[in-house]
Amino acid sequence: MEPRLDDLARGLRGLAEEEVRFRDELTLLVPRERIVEALSRAREQGFLLLTDLTALDRHPEELRFEVVYLLTAPAPPSRLRLKTRASGDDPVVPSAVDVYPGANWLEREVFDMFGIRFDGHPDLKRILMPDDWEGHPLRKDFPLVEEPVHFLGHVPKPPGQIIPRTSPRRP
Amino acid sequence: MSELTRETIVLNMGPHHPSTHGVLRLMVELEGELIIRTEPVIGYLHTGFEKEMETRTYHQNIVFPPRIEYLATMIEEHAYVLAVEKLLGIRAPRRAEVIRIILGELSRIASHLVWLGTSAIDVNVSSMLMYCFNDRERIMDLFEQVSGQRMMHGYMRIGGLQWDLPEGFPERVRAVTDDLPGRLDEYERLLSDNLIWRERTEGIAVLTPEDVVRYGCTGPVGRGSGLNYDVRKAFPYGGYEEYDFEVPLGRTGDAYARYLVRMEEMRQSCRIIRQALERLEPGPVIVDDRKVALPPRRELVRSMEAVIHQFKLVSEGIHPPAGEVYAAVESPRGEKGYYVVSDGSNRPSRVRVRSASFNNLQALPVMVFRNYVADVVVAIASIDIVLGDVDR
Repeated sequence: MEPRLDDLARGLRGLAEEEVRFRDELTLLVPRERIVEALSRAREQGFLLLTDLTALDRHPEELRFEVVYLLTAPAPPSRLRLKTRASGDDPVVPSAVDVYPGANWLEREVFDMFGIRFDGHPDLKRILMPDDWEGHPLRKDFPLVEEPVHFLGHVPKPPGQIIPRTSPRRP
Repeated sequence: MSELTRETIVLNMGPHHPSTHGVLRLMVELEGELIIRTEPVIGYLHTGFEKEMETRTYHQNIVFPPRIEYLATMIEEHAYVLAVEKLLGIRAPRRAEVIRIILGELSRIASHLVWLGTSAIDVNVSSMLMYCFNDRERIMDLFEQVSGQRMMHGYMRIGGLQWDLPEGFPERVRAVTDDLPGRLDEYERLLSDNLIWRERTEGIAVLTPEDVVRYGCTGPVGRGSGLNYDVRKAFPYGGYEEYDFEVPLGRTGDAYARYLVRMEEMRQSCRIIRQALERLEPGPVIVDDRKVALPPRRELVRSMEAVIHQFKLVSEGIHPPAGEVYAAVESPRGEKGYYVVSDGSNRPSRVRVRSASFNNLQALPVMVFRNYVADVVVAIASIDIVLGDVDR
């Protein structure tokens, strides 16, 4: 791990609730109220690019949703992942558009796929799914179903039934 | 009279229009001939790959990456297997890494050739398309020899490759890379000295370095504006740190700069391939870890243990430790990354595809602001979007 990233982590540690290191990647969990502050502080430290903004659904755990920000500093190269959590009943997270304008479409996609709303987003509407679509496809409780085969009346097995999911293993 | 001049027209481009390189729809608001507002409407090619990948095992998911970005198929597969390998904490054998780099760079050339041909035809230089597709076909033939498929290869495996290269393959690659730089010079003469090409691309679709950073643009779009960021140099993967190559940068940030960057990238790719061919030494092409890769055929008749491993891998798949990783590669369009979250079971609990085209397309309204309608076509071509990658 480069010393620079550790310095930065120290600077952001006041904001972070939790710090995870896995395979040389640093993830900081920041409370929802302070995520914009953390992002702008990271941006000042050289993390100029918002490489990705996405979300995870931890259903049925609460707080159910995690919004993930992947930041990249082009030079000297380093990466940092910030996360913040939102509840399942009313998922709202402050928008990062003021800090990273590129977050605009990415937040729309998270809204589209997970139903997480971004407070302060200029134009929060669906981006990939049709405007009249109901539900949010990447939520864990949104089922993936197969369509019946025409004329045969046969419904293929969903892939999850062909090779069932195993229970998590501890190494 | 002033009422009349202030009126704007909303023009709808696409979704089915050859210049949009896929199914992209643009709502363009015009003041006379000048564009004052553009709104890209995407999602026509949304197939839910991310959701699909959550329901299949890690090995089954290898089929999806080349279908997401169908012009740089080998690079795409490389990105996905790298992410899973990082999750497992393993590294492919050296020979496999060298082969991946050779195929990846061939893929980059093939993708740039498609871009060159199609963007030239957008400004009416139609012979380019034939030349470029002719060269691309030679690369497609190489892929077919390796994997049996021209496009949806499924050649890479977690921990290595499906099988070794066919006999005589390095010589055939060398023949292509020896031939190509000369042909690229020819193409460049054909376009760089072409008045129409210069007038249609120079000073068109300009993106300032500030905007590149604001929108997170990467790849030739970012480098055309001078952002010195190439994943192969910044975060070397799969052995790229050993190779000697340059990252071309543009200064003007217009469509012409992106064209020059891509032309130079193809030459640099040839250079990387030539170095890789020298590093190609005999050895295994997949890891010797029975919990990750299938046991070799000859073991199956002798060892009960091998049979059990084979059965478990096929019927259940691999079980990476719980955790989350992000692995990125430099695709022809920019940074392509897979963010894979594992809960310790045989299926990823989330796969996120970080698409370069998605972020680059977001900067299109800035690029074409106060340009002419006809230049939108050039702007789209210069971003080199793959709509499968945008919509996933």
